[in-house]
Amino acid sequence: MTKNWWKILATVLVLFSIIAGFLFHVPEKPILNETIRNIHFHVPMWFSMIVTLTVSFVYSIRYLRSSSENDDLMAIESANVGIIFGVLGLITGAVWAKFTWGEAWSNDPKQNSAAIALLVYLAYLVLRNALEEEQKRGRISAVYNIFAFPIMVVLLFILPRMTDSLHPGNGGNPGFNTKDMAPELRPVFYPAVLGWILISVWITTLRYRIRKLENQINEEN
Amino acid sequence: MDLLSQIKFLIRKEIMLEWRSKYAFNGILLYVVSTVFVCYLAFREISSPPTWNALFWIIMLFASVNAITKSFIQESRGRQLYYYTITSPQAIIISKIIYNILLMLLLSVIALGFYTLVFKNPLGDPAFYLLSVLLGSISFASVFTMISGIASKASNGGALMAILSFPVIIPLLVVLIKLSKNAMDGLDRSVSYDEIGVLLAINVIVVTTSLLLFPYLWRD
Repeated sequence: MTKNWWKILATVLVLFSIIAGFLFHVPEKPILNETIRNIHFHVPMWFSMIVTLTVSFVYSIRYLRSSSENDDLMAIESANVGIIFGVLGLITGAVWAKFTWGEAWSNDPKQNSAAIALLVYLAYLVLRNALEEEQKRGRISAVYNIFAFPIMVVLLFILPRMTDSLHPGNGGNPGFNTKDMAPELRPVFYPAVLGWILISVWITTLRYRIRKLENQINEEN
Repeated sequence: MDLLSQIKFLIRKEIMLEWRSKYAFNGILLYVVSTVFVCYLAFREISSPPTWNALFWIIMLFASVNAITKSFIQESRGRQLYYYTITSPQAIIISKIIYNILLMLLLSVIALGFYTLVFKNPLGDPAFYLLSVLLGSISFASVFTMISGIASKASNGGALMAILSFPVIIPLLVVLIKLSKNAMDGLDRSVSYDEIGVLLAINVIVVTTSLLLFPYLWRD
């Protein structure tokens, strides 16, 4: 149990954020209205994606240094989970945009950047499939992963800030920093972010362990 | 030999090989010219400046992918092994990047000349537009050189090259299109300093990561 406390914490936090996110009082804003509750679901997806993709980046560096198969497995599995969370972030964002901006896809720089960042990681998966030999696959895909990561950072954090954007936090719009966010939202928002990040890490470790077991079975046969 | 003389030697070798066969450059030149001509026959004339600008960058994008894909694929395994024994990996990647930058600079100037000849469009600030095109060709070269190195390791390198490089080049392309649009509209040059800064910063990041990562890619 001592090792599992964070999994329990993750479950409690996410359950709390779902219940509190739908039931607690939220500030009434024009245009946003009740859709403001989506902030507890949409934003944590992106936080989780950034965290898992960073984990993938770190394990790719570790793989280049160690050439151990486990590091490669961790890099690919965290990238997989990061892609899933990115897709979820795009979907929750599109639903939100449909209500507030009028269109699910409104050519917003942040939306476009996020979609391109996902393309970069889908290309990483394609590259992995194109390489047969395990050692070579691990090394070359690690190189691409490390090469792509700074580009993704530029895409998500620098480019949207340079142009006008409907998205909060860009183009002079308020974001979710300490000053802009309504105080009533914070007690739910911060636990939601932490909970989803922990959940994403949990899924990654589960997938990693499944892959490791599969490899062991394959070796025995 | 120290790094600098190795690089100089390798660039000389690349240029000499190209000069002897003139295959890559002529092929790419023909590719650009015929693409522009196909676009001319399809469009006849382009009245809106944003379309003119976008079409130019799309042509440049495909031309540069085609030009740079070759940089690692064309060399045989045996020859690569030979370089590996006599030079450092850093010298190889730097010389390839510099050679590709030179190739792309030449190509982009010719492409821009032919493009403006076929599709007439008033440029507000021609010198600044040329600067954005030159910056663009440097960026294309630095990004695509590393990606072509990665793609050359897989069996179907050509198809993989496009898949790997397009998402990576899009952020640069977005900045480039904005910069060149500013130049087209003849806006004050100080408006575009941000874009130039970002482009240079991305190029520095790309070249640095290439230098750090190429030794791992090389080891085979």
